[in-house]
Amino acid sequence: MIKVDGLHKYFDDLHVLRGIDLEVQKGEVLSVIGASGSGKSTLLYCVNGIEQIQEGSVYVDDVDVHAKTTDLNKLRQRLGMVFQQWNSFPHLTAMENVALAPQIVRGLTKEEAKDVAIKQLEHVGLGDKFDVFPNALSGGQQQRLAIARALAMDPQYMLFDEATSALDPELVGEVLDTMRVLAEEGMTMICVTHEMGFARDVSDRVAYFHEGIVEEIGPPDQIFAEPESEHTKKFLAKVR
Amino acid sequence: MEQTVTVFSGFSAQDLLFLGEAALRTLWISLLSIAIGSFLGGIFGWVLYESKNWGGILVNPVLDIFRSVPLIVQLVLFYNFAPIVGLNLDAFESGLVVLTMYTSALVANVARGGIESVGRSMRIASRSLGMSYWQDMRHVVFPIGTRAIFPSWVGVALGVMKDSALVSVLGYVELVKASQVLITRTQEPLLIILVVGAFYFVLSYPVSRYSAKLERRWSQ
Repeated sequence: MIKVDGLHKYFDDLHVLRGIDLEVQKGEVLSVIGASGSGKSTLLYCVNGIEQIQEGSVYVDDVDVHAKTTDLNKLRQRLGMVFQQWNSFPHLTAMENVALAPQIVRGLTKEEAKDVAIKQLEHVGLGDKFDVFPNALSGGQQQRLAIARALAMDPQYMLFDEATSALDPELVGEVLDTMRVLAEEGMTMICVTHEMGFARDVSDRVAYFHEGIVEEIGPPDQIFAEPESEHTKKFLAKVR
Repeated sequence: MEQTVTVFSGFSAQDLLFLGEAALRTLWISLLSIAIGSFLGGIFGWVLYESKNWGGILVNPVLDIFRSVPLIVQLVLFYNFAPIVGLNLDAFESGLVVLTMYTSALVANVARGGIESVGRSMRIASRSLGMSYWQDMRHVVFPIGTRAIFPSWVGVALGVMKDSALVSVLGYVELVKASQVLITRTQEPLLIILVVGAFYFVLSYPVSRYSAKLERRWSQ
């Protein structure tokens, strides 16, 4: 379970997150929607400890992410993360991209890491691209490679930070399909997204962020069909 | 009268051997200073990148001195002043120290650029996989950065090899010093300088060809 409690985050004078309370249960898919700058991505960065927080707490399976004693490198193995920019390692083949972290972080042997890589690349539909370098892959393929790379660490949670925002429109579908498969397999996911269709179809709950707070949260039917907050209504009217 | 004939004698096959040996010395002092200087330069570059405040204040002025004072001045100064602080170095050792520092000053900024070329989002991505700072450095930043700066680094290395000619002022018999000896004896400066130029070419050409090949392979 991921549990966020009274979370405040500042970038210098900018108050980005202004008291976030949130719980994500095992197996749940939470989509986070909202305008740019509402703090959605920052939340994810605070959950896996890339960004420091100023107030409140974040717990992942009862581990206090921001406690000084927490081994973040260890914690992050449980939290797979996929970014807007796919950041494939350009000097490694698709296979090596996926196998690197399992080998050096999880301590698997070369053979074991290779097996994991094969499994995950097939999982995201890149079974025919083992020896291809990233620059020979399309954006959609590279983003799926990034998903495979994160999955290879055998994470309990997946955090998606606008995973399709940097993609050409015709490539968005293949990445969303991969995310859909993960959700069906029961992966616990937090998806920061601008894809309202995905948020409606795949999530168990949707959270609408407005200026650093959770303005409204609930099942997709409720958020999309009967939003209570004026801000939510305005936002949804705009993105439709 | 017969003795004076031997003082000025023409260029012979023996002299080619002499120049070959000198070329090896050029190669040796260049290789050593490029290797050690690049290693140190990498560390300095990392310090420059990591600690923009105090590291820059400490390291930058030193590097600036080595970068901006002409190498020949550095060589003469170091060779003459080192004994004062108790360092008794011969021409080769003095040349090596100065060339190494000179190389490291040039490489430091190249290396910092290499680290900078690996964007923040790439580094966050590798850290998010659970890699430690050093694992990220070694497996992601180093290989990507190295490829990015490789052409500039080869430029520095070839430059240092050519600049090693200046060590001749200390009396170390590398190519240029050897050519001066031969010119004095044979009185055939054009021929000998032509041969020396060819030697330098032979030393650097394979390097630039090989690096071009590597770049092509990496850009695939």
